[in-house]
Amino acid sequence: MATPTITRPTEAPLTLEASRPRIGEKVIVAWLFLAASLAVLITIGIVASLILPTIEFFKTVPLGRFFSMEPWGPLFADPTYGVVHIVGGTLAIVLYSSVIALPAGLGSAIYMSEYAGPRMRKVLQPLLEILEGIPTVVYGIFALFFMGPILKDNWPTWLPGKLGEEPGFQFLLAAGLVLGVMIIPTVASVASDSMNAVPRSLREAAYGLGSTRMQVATKVIVPSALSGITASFVLGLSRAVGETMVVLMAAGAMANLTLWPNDPILTMTAFIGRTATGDISTGGTSYYTVFAVGTLLFLITLTVNMIAITLVRRFREVYE
Amino acid sequence: MSKTSGRTRVAVEAARSSTIRLDRVGVDIKGELFRAVLLLSILLGVVMLATLLIFVVVRGGPRLDINLFTQMPSSINTDTSGFLPAIVGTTYVMLGTLLTIVPIGVSAAIYLEEYADRDKWYNRVIEVNLQNLAAVPSIVFGILGLAFIVRGPLNLGFVAFAGSLTLAMMVLPTVIISSRESIRGVPPTLRDASLALGATKWQTTWRQVLPLSVPGILTGTILAMSRAIGETAPLLLVGATTFVRFLPESAFSGAYSAIPVQIYQWAVRPQEEFRVLAAAGALVLVALLLAMNSVAIWLRARYSRQT
Repeated sequence: MATPTITRPTEAPLTLEASRPRIGEKVIVAWLFLAASLAVLITIGIVASLILPTIEFFKTVPLGRFFSMEPWGPLFADPTYGVVHIVGGTLAIVLYSSVIALPAGLGSAIYMSEYAGPRMRKVLQPLLEILEGIPTVVYGIFALFFMGPILKDNWPTWLPGKLGEEPGFQFLLAAGLVLGVMIIPTVASVASDSMNAVPRSLREAAYGLGSTRMQVATKVIVPSALSGITASFVLGLSRAVGETMVVLMAAGAMANLTLWPNDPILTMTAFIGRTATGDISTGGTSYYTVFAVGTLLFLITLTVNMIAITLVRRFREVYE
Repeated sequence: MSKTSGRTRVAVEAARSSTIRLDRVGVDIKGELFRAVLLLSILLGVVMLATLLIFVVVRGGPRLDINLFTQMPSSINTDTSGFLPAIVGTTYVMLGTLLTIVPIGVSAAIYLEEYADRDKWYNRVIEVNLQNLAAVPSIVFGILGLAFIVRGPLNLGFVAFAGSLTLAMMVLPTVIISSRESIRGVPPTLRDASLALGATKWQTTWRQVLPLSVPGILTGTILAMSRAIGETAPLLLVGATTFVRFLPESAFSGAYSAIPVQIYQWAVRPQEEFRVLAAAGALVLVALLLAMNSVAIWLRARYSRQT
């Protein structure tokens, strides 16, 4: 009996290589990469669409005049371009809204991550999400028709000086308050994320040593999550800088350099929105002003966002 | 316990008497105060939300009738005026946004989760860009839309699709981020098993990973759409500003309006009738958003229970 011999098929060698080149697969990967790189293209698009008209703008208006203290009135027959006045308006609105949003957001975050039980959290989380999801135009209506009139009717007119003057229909405080409430969920969600990232062992060690809940929250959790909390504050501020509808509807249209709660103000975003709503002639200096202000707005938020991104990365690096 | 020796009994009693009481004595006033402050700060948001909802219902409720949905806006007959063109406009704009963000957003998420090598510089550039785009003010996207889509390279003019593309760019990061999270949630063992059976990388992604990530992608898409539908500022710049008394011809031609823009235009008019109309419009918009958000929350709850 002949021993059976195993013959290896010569035409099909055993190999882990693909039996045929998969060109389709490469095309798909190329498409996927293209889709992902669209994010970069959009950023480039933003920069390009802002820079070119801004250069046109500075051909007619010198840089020194843009950053001078002259009043802001680019749409007047005799235009003036002191951008400080609307940057100041933005800063005023940021100040008022952050007085509400930062403490309330941080408090909400501590409550959500350290105090609320799972059932409570299940109720509060969607509520905060809904608060975040209400359209800004609805907040605008709320500020203009509800918050404004209520504050105006109950204004403490017995206060001395400027503070006692009754405001008009649109003023800083009404817009600032509503904007502050609007930003609470942004601050709260980023801050509570960073608190949840603090390891359980740290909490348990503190409780084991006899700390109270308040001590754990203020002396262990908040310091450990500090970079995340700072990031949440920075993101909240960035939202206040970039928010348009509430300030457009409820803060007024006067480019005032003021911090009085009863004064109307104009912010950078409100100027862009207001000018775009009216008839702007393509190519005129008023058209280019929108882009110059937009560039400034983009630069400010870009700086603020980069700070926030760096901070968020830091808290991730520590605990993940 | 009768057999317990006398010595043990003494030891137990000694231990009992010397045990530190673990429950606190008295009331921790500072702690309770702190808890009250925290509760107040979260209640501020919740109470404001309730006030806002009640306000919109009380102010706009009386005008919530069939005319609101079927009539053209009118300055003369304010009590039968509606916002049909805005509803049709928003439908066109949202349809265009949806058709743009789903394929692009999901593709980008697949690339970043399944294919991208995180150590390559260009992938890190994409990541940082995404994070930054998510926080760019919405009105800046309006400027981009005005310069690049309405005019400039695409030159579409002030049409509904220009609004779609502008909003799509704005909410793209939302879709990408949530799709990535849900793709990341698919267990790696499934991928390994599929690859070990001889499937190619794309076959694994398409037939194993994607079907399992659908609920998460859906949730992210709904959230992105709910952000886009209420957005006003960028649309002001890309043309949804005209007081239109007619329906848009199509997504690619003719003037258009959108629900939030119409609300804004009514709200800034001095007459009381228009303010009521604005509040009624806001009520419709909020109801629509609550519905979309609840679907998203329900989907997420259902999905997280399964895995």
